[in-house]
Parts: sequence; structure tokens; C-alpha cells
Amino acid sequence: MIRRNLPFAAVAVIVLVVAPLLLEPFRLSLLAKYLCYAIVALGIGLAWGQAGMLTLGQGVFFGLGGYSMAMHLKLTEGGGLPDFMVWSGVEELPALWVPFGDPVLALATAVLGPMLIAAVLGTLVFRQRVRGAYFAILTQALAAAMVILLVGQQGLTGGTNGMTNFFDVFGQDLADDSTQRGLYLVVASVLGVLYLATRQLVNSRYGRLLVAIRDGEDRVRFLGYDPALVKTVTFALSAGMAGLAGALFVPVVGIISPALLGVVPSLELVVAVAVGGRHALAGAVLGAVVMGYAQTAFSEQFADGWLYLQGALFILVMTLAPKGIIGVAERWRRARTT
Amino acid sequence: MLELRDVQVVFDGFRALDGVNLTVPDGELRFLIGPNGAGKTTLIDVITGLTRPVAGSVRFAGHDLVGRKEHQIVRLGVGRTFQTSVVFEELTVIENLDLAAGFRRPLWTLARRRRGVSEAVAEALARTGLEDLAERSAGVLSHGQRQWLEIGMLLAQRPRLLLLDEPVAGMSKDERERTGELLTRIADDHTVVVVEHDMEFLRRHASTVTVLHEGRVLVEGSVDQVSADPRVQEVYLGRKASDAVGHRP
Repeated sequence: MIRRNLPFAAVAVIVLVVAPLLLEPFRLSLLAKYLCYAIVALGIGLAWGQAGMLTLGQGVFFGLGGYSMAMHLKLTEGGGLPDFMVWSGVEELPALWVPFGDPVLALATAVLGPMLIAAVLGTLVFRQRVRGAYFAILTQALAAAMVILLVGQQGLTGGTNGMTNFFDVFGQDLADDSTQRGLYLVVASVLGVLYLATRQLVNSRYGRLLVAIRDGEDRVRFLGYDPALVKTVTFALSAGMAGLAGALFVPVVGIISPALLGVVPSLELVVAVAVGGRHALAGAVLGAVVMGYAQTAFSEQFADGWLYLQGALFILVMTLAPKGIIGVAERWRRARTT
Repeated sequence: MLELRDVQVVFDGFRALDGVNLTVPDGELRFLIGPNGAGKTTLIDVITGLTRPVAGSVRFAGHDLVGRKEHQIVRLGVGRTFQTSVVFEELTVIENLDLAAGFRRPLWTLARRRRGVSEAVAEALARTGLEDLAERSAGVLSHGQRQWLEIGMLLAQRPRLLLLDEPVAGMSKDERERTGELLTRIADDHTVVVVEHDMEFLRRHASTVTVLHEGRVLVEGSVDQVSADPRVQEVYLGRKASDAVGHRP
């Protein structure tokens, strides 16, 4: 038990204690951003890596969480209507916005909204036995539709620009370094708790059932389980994680816009999970952090090169190391011990 | 126990089953034979909900099975295996059995880790003789062992009716022998329907045989009665031995 949790404890100490001491505030808040992505990746690891549902639309759920939080932040900073509404000529606060003034309701919507949508979508498609590439295309179309919807509703959502210029979160000044450090610690703790919970789920009988559904859905049906229900529940859990990640992302990064949740960001996260190793939850988390870091590092040097590098990395991993970084590390460790 | 009345199945205009009547009483070990395309597997598919008949009724222990979903039929106590065995290769033998045994648990109770071995799983392990392989992953099992694991998974579910589709196909002589003994023991306390091509296996282990031909029940009786029937000889046994013994392609 202790031995098994040692790596997790070591990473937790580094992330929660060492990183805040060593990193300057700018870098720390970048790391917080990667950790937000890692929460989404954890959900993808669960849905895709464990249960075989290749979801290319996690950006939708991430965005729902992000917009919920952004709306709340806009409403609590005072001074009447949100800035973008004034620019768009909106004169009265739309009824849809009213509930988001309440922090509990806003957070609940950020998590439960995506779960509800995933549950409805899952019920509809998994009952019809839509799976594999068809499910992937469907979720990707959802991401594309979401962007169109957000851009079209300029007065409600800020259109292409999304929402930015947030000044404080739950009464804390966002420009303050201590607020950013606090946010970082919150994001890291949320990720840690979700990781442990998901790991517990994966190691349980439920996790075995997910692997069985991934490898032989029809056979599972003839064992008396309803794969559609199990998949729907799992998909909803992964959507909830993405929603929470979106809600955390907004105060950390200070912006939410359609460009952050469309088809491309959704795909990038799946690529990150594949690179890290989709069959292990730690691989998904690692992939998100590594790819996030790599993106920042390379974009600082060569602005456009990153996309090509990302594509090349994905192809390399898929052909040479289908189990990702974690798979390679595992092989090395085994080679050393035997 | 199991009662099929006038069951008809049509695939794109082809009558796969053309008015099948079949009654299997409680506790019987029934063999289902017939030439390729006679509708044996289709019959099992109809009972287990994989294929919907265009007409006729399927009743099991007082329930009408037509129109029910696969997993609901399993929950009524009907278990089946497939011609190509499907075990979950990434799970261990014991995890495969535990998964099968846990099908009646509410979903949320599955979120707990498995501790120890349940009675049903231990019994299935003992019956199939896979105790020594319990902690191995199912991917390393031989073909015969996989079939036994699949039968074990059925047993762990404590079904009332087992439908086995060609359980000895592709097995070695020794493996057939062991499977035959396993079947006989299972039949002591279960109702079992076996689809089988292998005539030697049939002669050794069958008591009652139903012969299907072109989607209809041709004849039903003991092995001796059936093999003596001229119609059976004509459609099935009369052909070259290789046809009768061969496996479905």
C-alpha cells in the first residue's frame, strides 16, 4: 500500500511544495494552466484509455465550465453590465445570466451542466450502439457546433473574443501573486484528489468492467451488463472533470474564448493523452503537462513550428510507442529489474 | 423450461428459421445438430435476443423472451458462449470470472475494489479446473483453457439455462475429453443446450438430440434413434464423414 503510493506522494510534494518555492509567479501560473489541461486529460484517460470511447469533443465540456465561471466573474466584479455587452449594445442583463451571479450555482453548472449533456448524449448514442470512429466524429461535430453557437451569440457570450479582463475571483485580487499561488494550489489539489478517485475507480470492479467493455462490448452484454449505461456514466464523469477544469482555467489564465475549446484544442488534448500513454491515468496527466510545457517552450522560439512538431510527435508515438511515455518508462523499468 | 413455438427468422429474404418448435425440459442436456446453414446458431441467437424472429414465441421459465434486450435475458438466467471464445485478455482468469459473477450487483457497488474470491467464483474455478491459472491473464491461455474459462464465466453467473455454441471446436482430443466430462457434470444441476458438429463427441456425451435442417426441426430423439433415422442419414450423416465432422468455416 505505502510502496504503491510512494510515486504519487513524491509527485504531490514536488507539485505542492517544491514548485511554488522555485518557480516565479509567471511560470507557476503557466504550470497551473497545464494542470487544468491535465484534469481534462484525466477524464479522457478514463473515457478513452479505459473504456475505449474516443471523445474528440472534451473542449465542449471544458468550455461550458469555463463560460460558467467567466460569467460568474463578470457578474461579481461590479459596475453594471459586463464590458462586452455594453460594446454589443445589450442594455439589460439577459435572463440566462442571472443565476450565474451566485457562486454555488455557477460552480454547480460548470460541473453538472457538462455531466448532464454528456449523460443525455451518451444515452442517445450508446443505446443505438454508436461507437468507435462514429462516436469520435459525433463528439468532434459537437465541438464545432459549440464554437458556432458561441460566436453567433455575441451579446450573450462575447462572440469570437470570448470573455476576458477579470479582476478578482471570490473576493481575491487576480493580479496579486498570492492569489495566483493560491489558485495554483487549488488546481493542483483538485487534480490530485480527482486522480486518486479515478485511480480507485479504475482499480475497482467497475474499472475491470470498463476494460471488458473496451475489449469486447458485445460479450459484456451477454454477461448481463448494460454497456450503454456503464459508458454513459463514464462519459458523464469525464465530462464533469472537463467542466471543472474549465472553471479553474478561467481565473488562472484570465480568458475564455471559442478558440480555447473548439475542435483543435479538443484534439490537442487527445494527442497529449496519447503521447503520455492513454492506458495509464498517470500517462494522461503526464502527457497534458509535457505537451503543454512543450507548446509554450516551442512557441516562444518558433511560432508556427509547434503544430508540425505536435503532429510529428503524435505519429511517432502511435507507430513506435503506442503506450506512450508511460509505456516506454514501464519497459525500461522492467528491463532493468529483470 | 425453454419452449420455442413456430419461430421464424428471415435474413434478406432467406428463411434461416422456418417454423421451429423446440421444448427443452428442466435439467436436460440437449444436443443440437444439423448441416451447415441449418440454423443452429441462429436458434441460439433468437433465444438470447441477438436476433429477432419475425414470427413465433420464445418462452423461458414463464417469461416471453422475444423483444427483450440481451442483458435482460441474461438476467433471467440464460447464459451463452460463442463459437469464437471471447474472454477478456487483459484481465486475469479470476477477474474474468468475478466480472461474470457480479452482473447482478448494482453499478455503484462495483466502485469498490475486489477483495478475496466470492463463493460463485471459487466454485467456477474448481469446476473448470483453472485454479492454478487463477492469477494469470486470460490472454496467455490456450484455446481449450479459454473455452473452459468461458464456460466457467457462465457457471459463475449461476444461470438456469446454458447455451453452448460448439464448445469443442478446434480442441485437441484430450481437451475434448475434459470438456465432455465438464459438460456431463454441469448437466447434473443445469439445463444445457449444446450446438455441436463433432459426431464422436455427440455419441459419447449426448442423451437427447435435435436435428435441424433448412431451418426446421427434422427429428428429435436419442442418439441411436436419430442416427438410425433415414431422413437424418440423408441430410446429414449420409454425407461424407468429413462434412459431418468438419467445422463451420
